[in-house]
Amino acid sequence: MRRLTRDRILSIALITPSAVAILVFVYGFIGFTGFASLTHWDTLFPDYTFVGLRNYAKLFTIERFQLDLRNTVTFTVFFLLACLSVGFGLAVLIDQRIKGEGLFRSIFLFPMAISFVVTGVVWRWLLAPGTEQTGSYGVNLLFEQAGLGFLRNGWYTAPIIWHISSESTLGILLQSIGLGFLASPKFGISWPMVSVVIAATWQMSGYTMAMYLAGLRGIPDELREAARVDGATEFQIYRYIIVPLLTPITLSAVIILGHISLKIFDLVVAMTGSGPGFSTDVPAFYMFDTTFRGNHFAEGAGIAIIILLVVAVLIIPYLIYSARTEVQQ
Amino acid sequence: MTASRLPRPSRLFRPQRLLIYLILILTAAFFLLPVYVLLITGLKSFQEINLATMWAWPRNLSLASFAKAWNGSQAEGFRGLSGSFLNSVYLTVPATVISAMLGSINGYVLAKWRFRGADVLFPAMLFGMFIPYQSILIPLVQMLQRVGQITKPLSVALLALSVPPALAWFPPWLANFVPAYGTIGGLILVHVVYGIPITTLIFRNYYAAIPTELIEAAKIDGAGLLGIYRWVLFPLSMPGFVVVIIWQFTSIWNDFLFGLIVTSRPAVQPITVALNNLAGSYIVQWNVQMAGALLAALPTLLIYIVLGRFFMRGLLAGSLKG
Repeated sequence: MRRLTRDRILSIALITPSAVAILVFVYGFIGFTGFASLTHWDTLFPDYTFVGLRNYAKLFTIERFQLDLRNTVTFTVFFLLACLSVGFGLAVLIDQRIKGEGLFRSIFLFPMAISFVVTGVVWRWLLAPGTEQTGSYGVNLLFEQAGLGFLRNGWYTAPIIWHISSESTLGILLQSIGLGFLASPKFGISWPMVSVVIAATWQMSGYTMAMYLAGLRGIPDELREAARVDGATEFQIYRYIIVPLLTPITLSAVIILGHISLKIFDLVVAMTGSGPGFSTDVPAFYMFDTTFRGNHFAEGAGIAIIILLVVAVLIIPYLIYSARTEVQQ
Repeated sequence: MTASRLPRPSRLFRPQRLLIYLILILTAAFFLLPVYVLLITGLKSFQEINLATMWAWPRNLSLASFAKAWNGSQAEGFRGLSGSFLNSVYLTVPATVISAMLGSINGYVLAKWRFRGADVLFPAMLFGMFIPYQSILIPLVQMLQRVGQITKPLSVALLALSVPPALAWFPPWLANFVPAYGTIGGLILVHVVYGIPITTLIFRNYYAAIPTELIEAAKIDGAGLLGIYRWVLFPLSMPGFVVVIIWQFTSIWNDFLFGLIVTSRPAVQPITVALNNLAGSYIVQWNVQMAGALLAALPTLLIYIVLGRFFMRGLLAGSLKG
């Protein structure tokens, strides 16, 4: 019995360094950043004068930050849709007992092994549009050679923001119900962001495929068989049996991909930076820029805390849910 | 397991199967497109480099772009990636090994020596895996600067070592590993700490699958906590270590944010930061940038090609539930 007690103390002693490291480097640091966001720290030298929530109030009035929020929404929505649909589609196709399954799987998954910086550098050149004088480059050139010249476009260099025009019927309608502010580029879709989404989807959709494939392989064949006996078509089997059974995987994928898209930084830095008119700027890059280049520490801390809160809203329920289902097992 | 080995009766008849292959092949082509461009651009001679013929197969194979990306060019005024490639090696190898060891011990304690509070500690640790690192960067830099003040005597002592001229490179090299702001050692510390959640998670799940009877039997034989780890669990841990090492190696090698924030001097920068600088510079031709990108991707790509199936496991562990 004494021996067990000694081991018990030893077990706690072994995990203490890690626990303390996490306590300090995660929770302590977050606490400090939260504190810094409430101060007047605006130069290289810390100034801990307390200003309350003033930095946050100011942030939401800064145009760059507003555009960043728009870009993050654009990126998150398109990135999730693209990864989920491409990942699910590929998983279903690969699950059809095809030849060369391993090869296809490896091809779809290898971009995961590469850093976002490499992805950014490569896709920046692939989507470089070229000019009138030089002719088309990259993907535009491919389109041209394939007779799809009409698809040529400026990609991340074209500062196109799709939004509801205030002169359009919808815009006027919105104005009449007091929502006129929605008819502005600040509530639009940033086209340059779509280029970043293409690169990110190239990198991450294989991951979604792997998750869905693992899920599909876990569904017993008897279920499909039973449905076939009952006269269900292949489409109905997927629609009413497979997709609902894969809901937990979809949920996991949404959370994993969603938190990646909220944090996205490397890819944007390497591929486009802020983009024309901040059309590909994101909060994580703004934070880095204003903190470590501009020395506006309190402002940067505020942005960091906002990103953290959004991520936490997504992740904490997921962690609790995962812990619960584990206990049930 | 057995169910998946049975032939799955499929109603899809031939034209549909052809369509499946067609879609898969086209998608595969899309996925390989960047690799194709990376390779052919890197292999072209400088005379052939022209964005307008970007997709064309090289007429003369040449490794000049790779050489230039690796060595840099003094005439054109940019640094090659060779130094930062080595920095990444010096950084990634120790950080991976240390965090794998830590994760293994944490996972062992959490899986087999459950104590009160473990149910809180574990999810609290996991949260560290998901945080946007922006939220810890400011105090991190301050902390590393503090650490640097404490460790400064050590690096001063190292630099003052008198060594034979042939070994003159050794003290400064070693001094890079002293943890501080702007050193490889500081970056190792950062990666080890923020690697704790994922390595602990993978090992805890791995050890949870090992029957507790094994532990109980060893206890009856008189083995203690460390003895059980050394003689029972550790020998069974190799698959777990492979998964964790691949995962950590890949994510540390590919890290950009910490490298960017912690290392301001080019002499200690990891390859991702150096590649970004290279690619952001207008004086560097794009074929050199592409060759550099391929060099930066090579180690993790090789690991993926050789140990792909372990890579998959780490990936699925990262989503908590496999």
